Amino acid sequence: MSNLAALPIILPLLAGIVLAFFHKRIKLVRIVSQVTAVINLIVVAVIFWKVHTGGSIILETGDWTAPYGIILVADILSITLVLTTNIVAVACVFYAPRTLSESQESFYFYSFFFLLITGVSGAFITGDLFNLFVFFEVLLMASYGLIVLGNGKVQLRESIKYVLINLFSSMLFVTTISFLYSVVGTVNMAQIAQRVHEVDQKGILTTIALLLFFVFATKAAVFPLYYWLPRPYSVPNPVVSALFGALLTKVGVYSILRVFTLIFVKDISATHTLFIYLAALTMIFGVVGALSTNNIKLIIAYNIIPAVGFMLMGIGIFTKVSISGTIYYLIHDMVIKGVLFMLVGAIAYAAGTSDLRKMGGLIHHYPVQGWFFFIASLVLAGIPPFSGFIGKLLLLQGALAEEQIMIVGAALVSSLLILLSMIRIFIQGFWGEEKELAKPERKKTAAKMAWPIGLLLSISVLLGVGAEWFYPSVESIADYLMNPQIYIDSVLKE
Amino acid sequence: MARTNDIILRTTTTLIAFILFGFSIYLFLAGHNAPGGGFIGGLMTSAAIVLMYMAYGFRAMQKVLPVSFRYFVPAGLLIAVGTGIGSFVFDQPFLSHTYGYFHLPVLGKTELATALLFDLGVYITVIGVTMTIILTIADDIDEE
Repeated sequence: MSNLAALPIILPLLAGIVLAFFHKRIKLVRIVSQVTAVINLIVVAVIFWKVHTGGSIILETGDWTAPYGIILVADILSITLVLTTNIVAVACVFYAPRTLSESQESFYFYSFFFLLITGVSGAFITGDLFNLFVFFEVLLMASYGLIVLGNGKVQLRESIKYVLINLFSSMLFVTTISFLYSVVGTVNMAQIAQRVHEVDQKGILTTIALLLFFVFATKAAVFPLYYWLPRPYSVPNPVVSALFGALLTKVGVYSILRVFTLIFVKDISATHTLFIYLAALTMIFGVVGALSTNNIKLIIAYNIIPAVGFMLMGIGIFTKVSISGTIYYLIHDMVIKGVLFMLVGAIAYAAGTSDLRKMGGLIHHYPVQGWFFFIASLVLAGIPPFSGFIGKLLLLQGALAEEQIMIVGAALVSSLLILLSMIRIFIQGFWGEEKELAKPERKKTAAKMAWPIGLLLSISVLLGVGAEWFYPSVESIADYLMNPQIYIDSVLKE
Repeated sequence: MARTNDIILRTTTTLIAFILFGFSIYLFLAGHNAPGGGFIGGLMTSAAIVLMYMAYGFRAMQKVLPVSFRYFVPAGLLIAVGTGIGSFVFDQPFLSHTYGYFHLPVLGKTELATALLFDLGVYITVIGVTMTIILTIADDIDEE
């Protein structure tokens, strides 16, 4: 039944609404949100299975045929990302009670949380450019609510920056959609694609494509539009950082991936070549930022940026291998960024500081967190058995096949530096003499924080170790993306 | 500062507020065939309530309207999403709406659409949001 495509949006939306009625009764709220998050994950997994075996599920909302109404397209790419989103969401919902104070929880944290999931799932599933904007706003509004929750002075300062930059890019998004609408006369993505292909993407359309890229690049933090990201992501509560780091920039990357594999594919020399250069700069500048600071939360936040560079690199090279590398890296990065933000949250809680210079010898009291962090660093840097490796390998293969030597160099150097920045946390934080600051009395809560992290980390490890199982479906997604006609035909039913 | 006697404001407010209420409900119902709808209707209703708050003050109004506007937001959203989910029961795509003609006692033959229920959700949400924003900001001054 085609209504299945709407369920990943409706279920969290309903949960968010219902939880707002009894937001003061924290115990009930926790149970309800944990149960709904798990149910949601199961439902999405079922839909994933149906899409995987039976092809895309397309829902024409309100029973209006394709170009006229809003359509929701649960195709193999979007439903995979929704599934990953929900896995991260389940880990976050179990992690949240351990790190949030009760007053933060009672001030609608879970409502905002579920609205964020609604926005992210909606942005992945929608097949309509204006509806994509609306879901962007849904997730951004929820993120504004989450970033100021707790109302510290730093949070207030960073949230102002965050809101301003996002408001600006949203305004530009609407302007760009209106340009595109005035040229092609539709906002349905399949029909836009059809019309752009018909006129071979002449002049003005490439300009619009670059404007759209500018919008999504601001959301995804691509060089030179990443400057707003690190600090706002490192100041809120760890669980909020984990949600942001795992989901928000990835929606931008997904939008670039969707728009530049479906709609603007006729004039690759103008757009996609630019992506390769920007990807290289994003990797280098992101990782330089990660090495420049001693704040562990900020190091992880800076590490989002080179990851975005890697994904953009695959889109820029635009071959089947590199696109599958991008998809693999996208899924891997959503999971591992969730893990890392939760881990540094737990570490900073245990040490009582997030300054690396004041830490030391944490491994004596927190061996589990220490080894989790070690594995997560290896996963992030792309050491062979783990998932980061497969994604990077595919990307590098794609780049070498197209003889893009420059980007290969940048990718390898930045991988090395990512490893350096991560291992620095491990060496200075976990090794060495015990410092006074390490607070063993916080052991119990820190132990409770560990198991949602372990769950998510094991999925991440599985993604790498079980690459043989996942690779065929990733490859089929790339195949699907390289043939935009399949999407257009399935939506417009021609 | 001594309290001024604002009898003219209060008397006219009782009158104008009711006209505003009436007009906002007209706007809300007219939305299908004429300019109007849930959003502007909700704004107009909250304008009437805000006017009453301005004339009579915080405490008096809480006796007259002992409701928490905060709960209007989820309630309205629930109604709006509910009409969307309602189509699941009839095996129709999400957000499908339907309509029918009914003979109502005073109005005669009337077209009733389920889109009105969706609009009702919007209406209640807009009242909830507007009043929550205004009253939470006003609340700070009240405490001083």
